[in-house]
Amino acid sequence: MTDLTALTIADARYKLRAKEFSAAELTEAFVATVDGGDALNAWCEKTPDLAREQAQAADARLAAGDAPSLCGIPLGIKDLFCTNGVRSQAGSKILKDFKPPYESTVTSNLWADGAVMLGKLSMDEFAMGSSNETACYGPVISPWRRKGDETKLTPGGSSGGSAAALAAGQAMATTGTDTGGSIRQPAAFTGLVGLKPTWGRCSRWGIVAFASSLDQAGPFTRTVRDSAIMLQSMASIDEKDSTSADIPVPDYEAALTGDIKGKRIGIPKEYTIDGMPAEITRFWEEGAAHLKAQGAEIVEISLPHTKYALPAYYIVSPAECSSNLARYDGVRYGQRAELSQGDGITELYEKTRAEGFGDEVKRRIMIGTYVLSSGYYDAYYTRAQKVRRLINRDFEQAFEQVDAILTPTTPSPAFGLGEKSDPLEMYLQDIFTVTVNMAGLPGISVPAGLSSDGLPLGLQLIGKAFDEANLLNTAYALETALDFSATPEKWW
Amino acid sequence: MSVDADTVRKVAKLARIAVEDHEVDPFARELSGILDWVTQLQEVDVTGIEPMTSAVPMRLKRREDTITDGNRRDDILANAPDAREGFFAVPKVVE
Repeated sequence: MTDLTALTIADARYKLRAKEFSAAELTEAFVATVDGGDALNAWCEKTPDLAREQAQAADARLAAGDAPSLCGIPLGIKDLFCTNGVRSQAGSKILKDFKPPYESTVTSNLWADGAVMLGKLSMDEFAMGSSNETACYGPVISPWRRKGDETKLTPGGSSGGSAAALAAGQAMATTGTDTGGSIRQPAAFTGLVGLKPTWGRCSRWGIVAFASSLDQAGPFTRTVRDSAIMLQSMASIDEKDSTSADIPVPDYEAALTGDIKGKRIGIPKEYTIDGMPAEITRFWEEGAAHLKAQGAEIVEISLPHTKYALPAYYIVSPAECSSNLARYDGVRYGQRAELSQGDGITELYEKTRAEGFGDEVKRRIMIGTYVLSSGYYDAYYTRAQKVRRLINRDFEQAFEQVDAILTPTTPSPAFGLGEKSDPLEMYLQDIFTVTVNMAGLPGISVPAGLSSDGLPLGLQLIGKAFDEANLLNTAYALETALDFSATPEKWW
Repeated sequence: MSVDADTVRKVAKLARIAVEDHEVDPFARELSGILDWVTQLQEVDVTGIEPMTSAVPMRLKRREDTITDGNRRDDILANAPDAREGFFAVPKVVE
């Protein structure tokens, strides 16, 4: 029998219906790889019993005929999604043992389509980080290693568990969330396809909030086709999220024709930084050449405010985070600090939050509190929102000339755990991805190839708002041309 | 340095995060580093630009003002660190 854990969703969908194996067998195969993969530290909660139950139900549905594409497909879910009765901690100590009495809309959609939950995946605390090192569960270790080198590398972040688990064959697809690059950067680091949909495409209801005007859920998959299948289920119009867009969800898989003749692809000259490895520029040029060979027209464009996106993001996102994280007070859920004789409600808040939050989260809450405080609001927050408008305008003008934009996903391949200790250095990881969140646009990272060290690198395509169908089709054409098939050599 | 020790203490108080004395200087350094870096936004000409308040232009949805959920007291209290007799319990707040 073929290795079930190496299959794509599209393959498994066919084979389940051809009765080559059952959903129960498929789930057992994944439960075994999850259990055998503890060295990667990707899972923070395993739910094999629930998975078996769901797989059994999926088999019944498959036997009855007319089952959705995801029926019987084993998935891993980022810890940021609230899952009914299953621990959901957002990678934070302050939410220790929190078991939501409700299910997020995105995961509800997946289960309604028959998908199977293998468990929850580790992440940077409250999705604040680019290396998974701020997770309260300890860092996730990438299944990828540099050629001839055993250094432990990051799978990226914040959705590091989602990337590592999928790259290691511990799930058939995983969910992530992306506020500044948290799906696309880890996807690039681990040789996967990572999609951040348009803001408002997937409901945010039941997803622990970090920065509400930037957060968006999306899938990690092995192929662009699987990405289309996952988005089909994850996206919806949701009454519970007043910012979920009232736009019908099209048939994404039907859009994958691979025909991009006459499409105009923009290459923004600003997407390069000092010290960026030459091989990243080479992959970028090759990607453009591939699209050109398939009939697309390559157009040089300018997005002049690109360099201001990251500093503006580090005002807007901490401001929203300081407000969203005000709810962790040690009263309604999560962990409460031990109090001393005579401590009142203020000490309860202050001690609980001092103990429960990690350093990066504290830094961001304090930055957010500072930029929103009286006397600084206009100088920092209002100005950042004005700059955000200019970034958005750059994209609007570019999309008058082009259908999609091609850039590198990250300025480097994966780095070693502990290698970046300066917060600012870590923030630079998001330099090519954060612009997309600031403008609310959809972006997808597609594996481009391996670096000279043998590590995956990704290319990012950026599309027009709510035009995921065309974006996925362009990504599909790029994927077909690049023909990336490398997987990490098993050491764990 | 744009953030001094007193500012760290003030901001931490506003954010309700207890900060130990030995943490103040490192926080001051780190917050200054970040805030000094974001001041590059001052060089952007934003004359006449409206602040962007939504990632995607949309009108906030409206619905009938009716009850959609409720009567779930025990669900709501289930995760509380301290709940008694159907209430959240906290230290005494009124002398």
